Amino acid sequence: MKTDRMNWFQWSSPQTFYPLAGKLIPWFACVSIVCLVAGLYMGFLVAPTDFQQGDSYRIIFVHVPAAWMSMFLYVVMAGWAAVGLGLKARPSFMMAQAIAPTGALFTFLALFTGAFWGKPTWGAWWVWDARLTSELILLFQYAGVMLLHASIDDLRRADRASAVLALVGVVNVPIIYFSVRWWNTLHQGASISVTAAPKMAATMLAAMGVMALGFWMYSAAVTLMRVRCIILERERHASWVQIERIS
Amino acid sequence: MMQGGVAGAVFGLIQRDLLLTWRRRADIATTLLFFVIVATLFPLGIGPEPAVLRTIAPGVLWIAALLSCFLSLGRLFATDYQDGTLEQMLLTPHPLAALVLGKIAAHWLVSGLPVVVLSPLIGLQFGLSGGAIAILTFSLLLGTPTLSLVGSIGAALTLGIRGGNLLSALLVLPLFVPVLIFGAGAVASSESGMGAEGHLSLLGACVVLAIPFAPWATAAALRIAVE
Repeated sequence: MKTDRMNWFQWSSPQTFYPLAGKLIPWFACVSIVCLVAGLYMGFLVAPTDFQQGDSYRIIFVHVPAAWMSMFLYVVMAGWAAVGLGLKARPSFMMAQAIAPTGALFTFLALFTGAFWGKPTWGAWWVWDARLTSELILLFQYAGVMLLHASIDDLRRADRASAVLALVGVVNVPIIYFSVRWWNTLHQGASISVTAAPKMAATMLAAMGVMALGFWMYSAAVTLMRVRCIILERERHASWVQIERIS
Repeated sequence: MMQGGVAGAVFGLIQRDLLLTWRRRADIATTLLFFVIVATLFPLGIGPEPAVLRTIAPGVLWIAALLSCFLSLGRLFATDYQDGTLEQMLLTPHPLAALVLGKIAAHWLVSGLPVVVLSPLIGLQFGLSGGAIAILTFSLLLGTPTLSLVGSIGAALTLGIRGGNLLSALLVLPLFVPVLIFGAGAVASSESGMGAEGHLSLLGACVVLAIPFAPWATAAALRIAVE
Protein backbone atom coordinates (compact mmCIF):
# COMPACT_ATOMS: atom_id res chain seq x y z
CA MET A 1 0.00 0.00 0.00
CA LYS A 2 1.22 3.45 -0.81
CA THR A 3 1.24 5.70 2.19
CA ASP A 4 0.55 9.03 0.47
CA ARG A 5 -3.14 9.06 -0.34
CA MET A 6 -4.48 10.50 -3.54
CA ASN A 7 -5.20 14.20 -3.33
CA TRP A 8 -8.30 14.85 -5.40
CA PHE A 9 -7.84 18.59 -5.18
CA GLN A 10 -4.74 18.39 -7.31
CA TRP A 11 -7.08 18.10 -10.32
CA SER A 12 -8.96 21.24 -9.33
CA SER A 13 -6.68 23.48 -11.34
CA PRO A 14 -7.16 23.80 -15.10
CA GLN A 15 -3.45 23.20 -15.67
CA THR A 16 -3.49 19.71 -14.09
CA PHE A 17 -7.00 18.83 -15.25
CA TYR A 18 -6.25 19.49 -18.92
CA PRO A 19 -3.75 16.60 -19.42
CA LEU A 20 -5.84 14.28 -17.19
CA ALA A 21 -8.89 14.88 -19.41
CA GLY A 22 -6.73 14.25 -22.46
CA LYS A 23 -5.63 10.87 -21.07
CA LEU A 24 -9.18 9.81 -20.15
CA ILE A 25 -10.86 10.67 -23.47
CA PRO A 26 -9.57 7.65 -25.52
CA TRP A 27 -10.71 5.20 -22.82
CA PHE A 28 -14.22 6.61 -22.64
CA ALA A 29 -14.42 6.84 -26.42
CA CYS A 30 -13.34 3.20 -26.95
CA VAL A 31 -15.78 1.80 -24.37
CA SER A 32 -18.52 3.98 -25.88
CA ILE A 33 -17.93 2.71 -29.44
CA VAL A 34 -17.82 -0.94 -28.34
CA CYS A 35 -21.01 -0.54 -26.27
CA LEU A 36 -22.92 1.33 -28.98
CA VAL A 37 -22.02 -1.22 -31.68
CA ALA A 38 -22.90 -4.15 -29.39
CA GLY A 39 -26.07 -2.47 -28.14
CA LEU A 40 -27.33 -1.61 -31.62
CA TYR A 41 -26.53 -5.15 -32.83
CA MET A 42 -28.42 -6.70 -29.92
CA GLY A 43 -31.29 -4.23 -30.20
CA PHE A 44 -31.83 -4.41 -33.94
CA LEU A 45 -30.81 -7.97 -34.82
CA VAL A 46 -30.92 -10.19 -31.71
CA ALA A 47 -33.87 -8.91 -29.67
CA PRO A 48 -37.20 -10.55 -30.60
CA THR A 49 -39.90 -8.66 -32.49
CA ASP A 50 -42.71 -7.34 -30.30
CA PHE A 51 -45.97 -9.14 -31.09
CA GLN A 52 -48.08 -5.99 -30.67
CA GLN A 53 -45.89 -3.19 -32.01
CA GLY A 54 -43.86 -5.12 -34.59
CA ASP A 55 -40.40 -3.79 -35.31
CA SER A 56 -41.24 -0.15 -34.65
CA TYR A 57 -40.66 -0.69 -30.93
CA ARG A 58 -36.91 -1.03 -31.61
CA ILE A 59 -36.51 2.74 -31.40
CA ILE A 60 -36.69 2.33 -27.61
CA PHE A 61 -33.11 1.07 -27.63
CA VAL A 62 -32.15 4.65 -28.50
CA HIS A 63 -35.12 6.46 -26.96
CA VAL A 64 -35.05 5.12 -23.39
CA PRO A 65 -31.27 5.44 -22.84
CA ALA A 66 -31.37 8.95 -24.37
CA ALA A 67 -34.18 9.96 -22.02
CA TRP A 68 -32.28 8.55 -19.06
CA MET A 69 -29.14 10.44 -20.07
CA SER A 70 -31.06 13.70 -20.57
CA MET A 71 -32.19 13.62 -16.93
CA PHE A 72 -28.97 12.14 -15.55
CA LEU A 73 -26.79 14.73 -17.30
CA TYR A 74 -28.92 17.56 -15.92
CA VAL A 75 -28.35 16.25 -12.39
CA VAL A 76 -24.63 15.86 -13.08
CA MET A 77 -24.48 19.40 -14.50
CA ALA A 78 -26.28 20.75 -11.42
CA GLY A 79 -23.92 18.70 -9.25
CA TRP A 80 -20.86 20.33 -10.86
CA ALA A 81 -22.57 23.70 -10.52
CA ALA A 82 -23.11 23.07 -6.80
CA VAL A 83 -19.49 21.97 -6.36
CA GLY A 84 -18.40 25.10 -8.20
CA LEU A 85 -20.50 27.39 -6.02
CA GLY A 86 -19.48 25.57 -2.83
CA LEU A 87 -15.75 25.17 -3.41
CA LYS A 88 -15.24 28.05 -5.87
CA ALA A 89 -13.37 25.63 -8.15
CA ARG A 90 -13.14 26.88 -11.73
CA PRO A 91 -12.95 23.48 -13.48
CA SER A 92 -16.28 22.55 -11.87
CA PHE A 93 -17.97 25.47 -13.63
CA MET A 94 -16.18 24.50 -16.84
CA MET A 95 -17.51 20.95 -16.49
CA ALA A 96 -21.04 22.25 -15.95
CA GLN A 97 -20.70 24.45 -19.03
CA ALA A 98 -19.32 21.51 -21.05
CA ILE A 99 -22.09 19.09 -20.07
CA ALA A 100 -25.00 21.37 -21.06
CA PRO A 101 -24.83 20.93 -24.88
CA THR A 102 -24.57 17.13 -24.60
CA GLY A 103 -27.51 17.07 -22.21
CA ALA A 104 -29.54 19.23 -24.58
CA LEU A 105 -28.60 16.90 -27.44
CA PHE A 106 -29.88 13.83 -25.56
CA THR A 107 -33.07 15.65 -24.58
CA PHE A 108 -33.66 16.49 -28.23
CA LEU A 109 -32.83 12.92 -29.24
CA ALA A 110 -35.32 11.54 -26.69
CA LEU A 111 -38.06 13.85 -28.02
CA PHE A 112 -37.20 13.15 -31.66
CA THR A 113 -37.08 9.35 -31.34
CA GLY A 114 -40.21 9.52 -29.17
CA ALA A 115 -42.02 11.27 -32.01
CA PHE A 116 -40.96 8.53 -34.42
CA TRP A 117 -42.22 5.90 -32.02
CA GLY A 118 -45.43 7.80 -31.32
CA LYS A 119 -46.46 8.13 -34.97
CA PRO A 120 -46.96 4.38 -35.69
CA THR A 121 -48.01 3.50 -32.12
CA TRP A 122 -50.25 6.36 -31.02
CA GLY A 123 -50.95 7.77 -34.48
CA ALA A 124 -49.55 11.21 -33.64
CA TRP A 125 -46.10 12.79 -33.74
CA TRP A 126 -46.76 14.74 -30.60
CA VAL A 127 -49.28 14.63 -27.77
CA TRP A 128 -49.47 17.06 -24.86
CA ASP A 129 -48.76 14.33 -22.38
CA ALA A 130 -47.20 15.04 -18.97
CA ARG A 131 -43.94 13.26 -19.71
CA LEU A 132 -43.49 14.70 -23.20
CA THR A 133 -44.24 18.21 -22.00
CA SER A 134 -41.90 18.01 -19.02
CA GLU A 135 -39.13 16.60 -21.23
CA LEU A 136 -39.66 19.56 -23.58
CA ILE A 137 -39.35 21.86 -20.58
CA LEU A 138 -36.09 20.14 -19.70
CA LEU A 139 -34.86 21.10 -23.19
CA PHE A 140 -35.87 24.73 -22.51
CA GLN A 141 -34.00 24.59 -19.21
CA TYR A 142 -30.81 23.39 -20.89
CA ALA A 143 -31.27 26.21 -23.43
CA GLY A 144 -31.83 28.71 -20.59
CA VAL A 145 -28.64 27.68 -18.80
CA MET A 146 -26.62 27.95 -22.03
CA LEU A 147 -28.25 31.26 -23.06
CA LEU A 148 -27.70 32.84 -19.65
CA HIS A 149 -24.05 31.81 -19.76
CA ALA A 150 -23.66 33.17 -23.27
CA SER A 151 -25.27 36.54 -22.57
CA ILE A 152 -23.13 37.54 -19.57
CA ASP A 153 -19.75 38.90 -20.64
CA ASP A 154 -18.07 38.61 -17.25
CA LEU A 155 -17.13 34.91 -17.13
CA ARG A 156 -17.06 34.74 -13.33
CA ARG A 157 -20.61 36.05 -13.13
CA ALA A 158 -21.74 33.91 -16.09
CA ASP A 159 -20.45 30.75 -14.38
CA ARG A 160 -22.09 31.45 -11.06
CA ALA A 161 -25.39 32.80 -12.42
CA SER A 162 -25.92 29.80 -14.71
CA ALA A 163 -24.95 27.51 -11.81
CA VAL A 164 -27.74 29.00 -9.67
CA LEU A 165 -30.18 28.58 -12.56
CA ALA A 166 -29.12 24.94 -13.10
CA LEU A 167 -29.66 24.21 -9.41
CA VAL A 168 -33.09 25.86 -9.39
CA GLY A 169 -34.12 23.81 -12.44
CA VAL A 170 -33.23 20.51 -10.77
CA VAL A 171 -36.75 20.38 -9.28
CA ASN A 172 -38.02 19.47 -12.74
CA VAL A 173 -36.06 16.20 -12.94
CA PRO A 174 -38.10 14.22 -10.38
CA ILE A 175 -41.25 15.72 -11.95
CA ILE A 176 -40.29 14.21 -15.33
CA TYR A 177 -39.25 10.92 -13.82
CA PHE A 178 -42.43 10.41 -11.82
CA SER A 179 -44.79 12.14 -14.25
CA VAL A 180 -46.06 8.86 -15.73
CA ARG A 181 -46.86 7.56 -12.28
CA TRP A 182 -48.39 10.79 -10.91
CA TRP A 183 -50.52 11.62 -13.93
CA ASN A 184 -52.07 8.60 -15.61
CA THR A 185 -51.45 9.75 -19.15
CA LEU A 186 -50.82 8.28 -22.57
CA HIS A 187 -47.09 7.66 -22.15
CA GLN A 188 -46.54 4.17 -20.82
CA GLY A 189 -45.12 3.63 -17.34
CA ALA A 190 -41.46 3.17 -16.56
CA SER A 191 -39.88 0.53 -18.83
CA ILE A 192 -37.70 -0.91 -16.13
CA SER A 193 -38.55 -1.22 -12.49
CA VAL A 194 -36.31 -2.48 -9.69
CA THR A 195 -39.17 -3.73 -7.57
CA ALA A 196 -41.37 -5.51 -10.13
CA ALA A 197 -40.53 -8.56 -12.20
CA PRO A 198 -39.11 -7.64 -15.63
CA LYS A 199 -41.81 -7.18 -18.27
CA MET A 200 -39.55 -7.72 -21.24
CA ALA A 201 -37.16 -10.31 -22.63
CA ALA A 202 -33.70 -10.48 -21.08
CA THR A 203 -32.02 -9.61 -24.40
CA MET A 204 -34.08 -6.41 -24.69
CA LEU A 205 -33.10 -5.44 -21.17
CA ALA A 206 -29.45 -6.20 -21.85
CA ALA A 207 -29.46 -4.25 -25.11
CA MET A 208 -30.98 -1.24 -23.36
CA GLY A 209 -28.42 -1.40 -20.56
CA VAL A 210 -25.51 -1.67 -22.99
CA MET A 211 -26.86 1.26 -25.02
CA ALA A 212 -27.23 3.34 -21.85
CA LEU A 213 -23.63 2.55 -20.89
CA GLY A 214 -22.53 3.50 -24.41
CA PHE A 215 -24.36 6.85 -24.22
CA TRP A 216 -22.92 7.47 -20.79
CA MET A 217 -19.35 6.86 -21.95
CA TYR A 218 -20.01 8.97 -25.07
CA SER A 219 -21.18 11.84 -22.84
CA ALA A 220 -18.06 11.54 -20.71
CA ALA A 221 -15.74 11.55 -23.74
CA VAL A 222 -17.47 14.46 -25.48
CA THR A 223 -17.74 16.50 -22.27
CA LEU A 224 -14.04 16.08 -21.57
CA MET A 225 -13.19 17.08 -25.16
CA ARG A 226 -15.36 20.17 -24.77
CA VAL A 227 -13.94 21.03 -21.36
CA ARG A 228 -10.43 20.93 -22.86
CA CYS A 229 -11.50 23.48 -25.45
CA ILE A 230 -13.06 25.65 -22.73
CA ILE A 231 -9.88 25.44 -20.63
CA LEU A 232 -7.72 26.49 -23.58
CA GLU A 233 -10.06 29.34 -24.45
CA ARG A 234 -10.19 30.71 -20.92
CA GLU A 235 -6.56 30.14 -19.97
CA ARG A 236 -5.14 31.28 -23.29
CA HIS A 237 -3.01 33.94 -21.59
CA ALA A 238 -1.62 31.53 -18.97
CA SER A 239 2.00 30.56 -19.44
CA TRP A 240 1.34 26.81 -19.43
CA VAL A 241 -1.02 27.15 -22.39
CA GLN A 242 1.63 29.08 -24.30
CA ILE A 243 4.16 26.32 -23.59
CA GLU A 244 1.62 23.64 -24.59
CA ARG A 245 1.06 25.46 -27.87
CA ILE A 246 4.75 25.60 -28.73
CA SER A 247 5.49 21.97 -27.87
CA MET B 1 -40.12 52.98 11.61
CA MET B 2 -36.98 50.91 10.99
CA GLN B 3 -36.35 50.28 14.71
CA GLY B 4 -34.19 47.13 14.82
CA GLY B 5 -35.07 43.55 14.09
CA VAL B 6 -35.48 41.70 10.84
CA ALA B 7 -39.27 42.06 10.89
CA GLY B 8 -38.95 45.84 11.23
CA ALA B 9 -36.58 45.99 8.27
CA VAL B 10 -38.80 43.76 6.12
CA PHE B 11 -41.96 45.72 6.87
CA GLY B 12 -40.10 48.99 6.34
CA LEU B 13 -38.97 47.71 2.95
CA ILE B 14 -42.49 46.64 1.98
CA GLN B 15 -43.81 50.05 3.03
CA ARG B 16 -41.11 51.83 1.04
CA ASP B 17 -41.76 49.76 -2.11
CA LEU B 18 -45.52 50.29 -1.84
CA LEU B 19 -44.98 54.02 -1.41
CA LEU B 20 -42.65 54.16 -4.41
CA THR B 21 -45.19 52.29 -6.54
CA TRP B 22 -47.96 54.58 -5.32
CA ARG B 23 -45.94 57.57 -6.50
CA ARG B 24 -45.77 55.91 -9.94
CA ARG B 25 -49.34 54.64 -10.14
CA ALA B 26 -49.16 54.37 -13.93
CA ASP B 27 -47.02 51.24 -13.54
CA ILE B 28 -49.84 49.37 -11.81
CA ALA B 29 -52.29 50.56 -14.45
CA THR B 30 -49.97 49.32 -17.22
CA THR B 31 -49.79 45.84 -15.70
CA LEU B 32 -53.55 45.64 -15.23
CA LEU B 33 -54.36 46.95 -18.70
CA PHE B 34 -51.93 44.47 -20.18
CA PHE B 35 -53.75 41.67 -18.34
CA VAL B 36 -57.14 42.81 -19.66
CA ILE B 37 -55.91 43.33 -23.22
CA VAL B 38 -54.22 39.93 -23.47
CA ALA B 39 -57.40 38.27 -22.19
CA THR B 40 -59.45 40.29 -24.69
CA LEU B 41 -57.34 39.23 -27.66
CA PHE B 42 -58.26 35.55 -27.27
CA PRO B 43 -61.98 35.83 -28.10
CA LEU B 44 -61.07 38.09 -31.04
CA GLY B 45 -58.56 35.57 -32.34
CA ILE B 46 -60.50 32.38 -31.64
CA GLY B 47 -64.05 33.60 -32.32
CA PRO B 48 -66.98 34.34 -29.99
CA GLU B 49 -68.23 30.74 -29.60
CA PRO B 50 -69.51 30.71 -25.96
CA ALA B 51 -68.84 26.99 -25.39
CA VAL B 52 -65.26 27.28 -26.65
CA LEU B 53 -64.61 30.45 -24.66
CA ARG B 54 -65.91 28.80 -21.50
CA THR B 55 -63.47 25.90 -21.92
CA ILE B 56 -60.43 28.05 -22.64
CA ALA B 57 -61.21 30.81 -20.11
CA PRO B 58 -59.22 29.36 -17.15
CA GLY B 59 -56.14 28.83 -19.30
CA VAL B 60 -56.45 32.25 -20.94
CA LEU B 61 -56.80 34.06 -17.63
CA TRP B 62 -53.90 32.14 -16.15
CA ILE B 63 -51.63 32.87 -19.11
CA ALA B 64 -52.62 36.54 -19.07
CA ALA B 65 -51.91 36.71 -15.31
CA LEU B 66 -48.59 34.95 -15.83
CA LEU B 67 -47.50 37.35 -18.57
CA SER B 68 -48.59 40.48 -16.73
CA CYS B 69 -46.79 39.31 -13.58
CA PHE B 70 -43.79 38.75 -15.79
CA LEU B 71 -44.00 42.22 -17.33
CA SER B 72 -43.65 43.87 -13.94
CA LEU B 73 -40.84 41.58 -12.75
CA GLY B 74 -38.29 43.60 -14.70
CA ARG B 75 -38.85 46.51 -12.30
CA LEU B 76 -38.44 44.35 -9.18
CA PHE B 77 -34.71 44.99 -8.68
CA ALA B 78 -33.78 47.17 -11.69
CA THR B 79 -34.32 50.61 -10.13
CA ASP B 80 -32.69 49.60 -6.84
CA TYR B 81 -29.77 48.24 -8.82
CA GLN B 82 -29.37 51.45 -10.80
CA ASP B 83 -29.48 53.89 -7.89
CA GLY B 84 -27.33 51.78 -5.56
CA THR B 85 -30.06 50.91 -3.04
CA LEU B 86 -29.47 47.22 -3.72
CA GLU B 87 -25.85 47.49 -2.60
CA GLN B 88 -27.01 49.11 0.63
CA MET B 89 -29.47 46.25 1.11
CA LEU B 90 -26.62 43.77 0.71
CA LEU B 91 -24.61 45.65 3.36
CA THR B 92 -27.31 45.62 6.05
CA PRO B 93 -26.86 43.16 8.94
CA HIS B 94 -30.24 41.57 8.15
CA PRO B 95 -30.37 38.33 6.12
CA LEU B 96 -30.72 39.24 2.45
CA ALA B 97 -33.27 36.47 1.83
CA ALA B 98 -35.66 38.10 4.31
CA LEU B 99 -35.31 41.49 2.63
CA VAL B 100 -35.84 39.83 -0.75
CA LEU B 101 -39.01 38.20 0.60
CA GLY B 102 -40.21 41.68 1.58
CA LYS B 103 -39.58 43.02 -1.92
CA ILE B 104 -41.38 40.03 -3.44
CA ALA B 105 -44.34 40.57 -1.11
CA ALA B 106 -44.54 44.20 -2.20
CA HIS B 107 -44.34 43.13 -5.85
CA TRP B 108 -47.19 40.67 -5.38
CA LEU B 109 -49.33 43.29 -3.61
CA VAL B 110 -49.04 45.70 -6.55
CA SER B 111 -49.01 43.29 -9.50
CA GLY B 112 -50.49 39.93 -8.39
CA LEU B 113 -53.29 41.03 -6.11
CA PRO B 114 -54.89 43.53 -8.56
CA VAL B 115 -54.98 40.79 -11.21
CA VAL B 116 -56.70 38.44 -8.74
CA VAL B 117 -59.24 41.15 -7.90
CA LEU B 118 -59.95 41.88 -11.56
CA SER B 119 -60.17 38.24 -12.71
CA PRO B 120 -63.86 37.61 -11.74
CA LEU B 121 -64.86 40.39 -14.13
CA ILE B 122 -62.94 38.83 -17.03
CA GLY B 123 -64.33 35.44 -16.03
CA LEU B 124 -67.85 36.85 -16.37
CA GLN B 125 -67.01 38.13 -19.86
CA PHE B 126 -65.96 34.61 -20.82
CA GLY B 127 -69.30 33.27 -19.58
CA LEU B 128 -67.98 31.25 -16.65
CA SER B 129 -70.44 30.08 -14.00
CA GLY B 130 -70.33 31.53 -10.49
CA GLY B 131 -68.71 28.43 -9.00
CA ALA B 132 -66.05 28.32 -11.70
CA ILE B 133 -65.26 32.02 -11.18
CA ALA B 134 -64.85 31.45 -7.45
CA ILE B 135 -62.45 28.55 -7.99
CA LEU B 136 -60.53 30.46 -10.68
CA THR B 137 -60.11 33.50 -8.43
CA PHE B 138 -59.06 31.33 -5.51
CA SER B 139 -56.54 29.45 -7.68
CA LEU B 140 -55.08 32.79 -8.84
CA LEU B 141 -54.91 34.02 -5.24
CA LEU B 142 -53.03 30.85 -4.28
CA GLY B 143 -50.83 30.69 -7.38
CA THR B 144 -49.76 34.26 -8.20
CA PRO B 145 -47.48 34.54 -5.10
CA THR B 146 -45.52 31.57 -6.48
CA LEU B 147 -45.15 33.44 -9.78
CA SER B 148 -43.67 36.47 -7.98
CA LEU B 149 -41.41 34.25 -5.87
CA VAL B 150 -40.03 32.13 -8.72
CA GLY B 151 -39.94 35.09 -11.11
CA SER B 152 -37.72 37.02 -8.72
CA ILE B 153 -34.96 34.43 -9.31
CA GLY B 154 -35.00 35.17 -13.04
CA ALA B 155 -35.12 38.92 -12.43
CA ALA B 156 -32.10 38.71 -10.14
CA LEU B 157 -30.09 36.45 -12.47
CA THR B 158 -30.54 38.76 -15.47
CA LEU B 159 -29.98 42.02 -13.56
CA GLY B 160 -28.08 44.53 -15.66
CA ILE B 161 -27.67 42.28 -18.71
CA ARG B 162 -28.39 43.48 -22.24
CA GLY B 163 -31.88 42.25 -23.20
CA GLY B 164 -32.16 40.87 -19.67
CA ASN B 165 -35.94 41.10 -19.55
CA LEU B 166 -36.44 38.85 -22.56
CA LEU B 167 -33.81 36.43 -21.33
CA SER B 168 -35.50 36.36 -17.94
CA ALA B 169 -38.69 35.24 -19.72
CA LEU B 170 -36.86 32.28 -21.25
CA LEU B 171 -35.40 31.31 -17.89
CA VAL B 172 -38.50 31.67 -15.76
CA LEU B 173 -41.47 30.74 -17.96
CA PRO B 174 -40.52 27.01 -18.00
CA LEU B 175 -40.46 27.12 -14.19
CA PHE B 176 -43.96 28.64 -14.16
CA VAL B 177 -45.40 25.57 -15.92
CA PRO B 178 -46.42 23.54 -12.82
CA VAL B 179 -48.31 26.55 -11.42
CA LEU B 180 -50.06 27.05 -14.77
CA ILE B 181 -51.05 23.36 -14.99
CA PHE B 182 -52.43 23.17 -11.45
CA GLY B 183 -54.06 26.62 -11.59
CA ALA B 184 -55.88 26.21 -14.88
CA GLY B 185 -56.50 22.53 -14.11
CA ALA B 186 -58.36 23.37 -10.90
CA VAL B 187 -61.27 24.91 -12.80
CA ALA B 188 -61.38 22.19 -15.47
CA SER B 189 -61.29 19.51 -12.80
CA SER B 190 -64.18 21.02 -10.83
CA GLU B 191 -66.22 21.49 -14.04
CA SER B 192 -65.80 17.79 -14.84
CA GLY B 193 -67.09 16.91 -11.36
CA MET B 194 -63.83 15.68 -9.86
CA GLY B 195 -63.47 18.61 -7.47
CA ALA B 196 -60.70 21.18 -7.39
CA GLU B 197 -59.22 20.25 -4.01
CA GLY B 198 -56.34 18.22 -5.45
CA HIS B 199 -55.16 20.96 -7.77
CA LEU B 200 -55.61 23.68 -5.16
CA SER B 201 -53.66 21.64 -2.60
CA LEU B 202 -50.81 21.28 -5.09
CA LEU B 203 -50.87 25.05 -5.72
CA GLY B 204 -50.69 25.57 -1.97
CA ALA B 205 -47.77 23.11 -1.79
CA CYS B 206 -45.98 25.09 -4.53
CA VAL B 207 -46.24 28.36 -2.63
CA VAL B 208 -45.26 26.74 0.69
CA LEU B 209 -42.14 25.32 -0.97
CA ALA B 210 -41.35 28.55 -2.82
CA ILE B 211 -41.53 30.85 0.23
CA PRO B 212 -38.40 29.48 1.94
CA PHE B 213 -36.41 28.44 -1.16
CA ALA B 214 -37.02 31.12 -3.82
CA PRO B 215 -35.84 34.16 -1.76
CA TRP B 216 -32.75 32.20 -0.83
CA ALA B 217 -31.91 31.51 -4.51
CA THR B 218 -32.76 35.11 -5.41
CA ALA B 219 -30.44 36.38 -2.69
CA ALA B 220 -27.62 34.22 -4.06
CA ALA B 221 -28.29 35.53 -7.57
CA LEU B 222 -28.31 39.15 -6.34
CA ARG B 223 -24.94 38.68 -4.62
CA ILE B 224 -23.54 37.31 -7.89
CA ALA B 225 -25.01 40.22 -9.88
CA VAL B 226 -23.79 43.00 -7.60
CA GLU B 227 -20.26 41.95 -6.71
